[in-house]
Amino acid sequence: MSGFQRHRRSGRVIATFTGFEADLLRSLTSQLVELLRNEAAVPDDTRDAFEALMDFSGPTSEPEDPVLARLFPSAYRDDDEAASEFRRFTEGSLRDGKAQAACLVIDTLEEAGLPPQLEEDGLMIDVELEPDAARTWMRSFTDVRLALATRLGVEDGDEEYWFALPDDDPRAQAHDIYDWVGYLQETLVESLMR
Amino acid sequence: MGAVATASPDVDSGLETTLDPDQVTVLATPWVTIVWNDPVNLMSYVSFVFQEHFGYSRKKAEKLMMEVHEQGRSVVSTGTREQMERDVQAMHEYGLWATLQKSE
Repeated sequence: MSGFQRHRRSGRVIATFTGFEADLLRSLTSQLVELLRNEAAVPDDTRDAFEALMDFSGPTSEPEDPVLARLFPSAYRDDDEAASEFRRFTEGSLRDGKAQAACLVIDTLEEAGLPPQLEEDGLMIDVELEPDAARTWMRSFTDVRLALATRLGVEDGDEEYWFALPDDDPRAQAHDIYDWVGYLQETLVESLMR
Repeated sequence: MGAVATASPDVDSGLETTLDPDQVTVLATPWVTIVWNDPVNLMSYVSFVFQEHFGYSRKKAEKLMMEVHEQGRSVVSTGTREQMERDVQAMHEYGLWATLQKSE
């Protein structure tokens, strides 16, 4: 596992994953897509019934799911009305953008040879990304990390806590995956930085 | 969405115009985009986003990133309310936690 590198001649960002790693990335990004499309981005219906019926634009209240609330934070801290308006005009397209980014990761992995069901051992997946696609992967990895961190309750300076968990603790395993995606993210940023 | 108030064109030419003090304040008060610290986003990534979206130099981007990291927040851009709403939306696209408000 060496993360992403920039191919000097073509300028592309490249990485090689084991079948297991590629399958894991697909699983994480698929869950993200499901979450983004699941809790419907519907307007808050505490309003007048007619007014609510006539409005099929974006949502106005913060999502209930903590992951979605982190992905779509309030833009105004002290002005609920402005925050609702902002959300109504932006959350739909932000959701679409994040779902499309996650879908690009899935499609790229599958085009690179990841089968719908991973069965064989020893499969290696070579990924080659144009700089724009690499930026999209970078954003999607951020969303995946935000989602995992929110579910796990990651906080600043808590590395010792995670390190001390027994290996068979599912939270330790999930945290290892979070760290791994962080490592991939770091190499992705480095290869785009030059 | 709200707009920053603008003074109406001065029609009584020849007369000395005076803006009412409230209007002056509205005109002079810019809006700011604030990025808040979070335990997830990598320092290199935050700095990359500031360079990428705002076109800041690496040095400036890193300075702002360190402010976010050490002080918990940093004002990353200043302008009209509309511009700041676009910046906040872009920051949310990148997964950064951003808000906008009137400059203090």
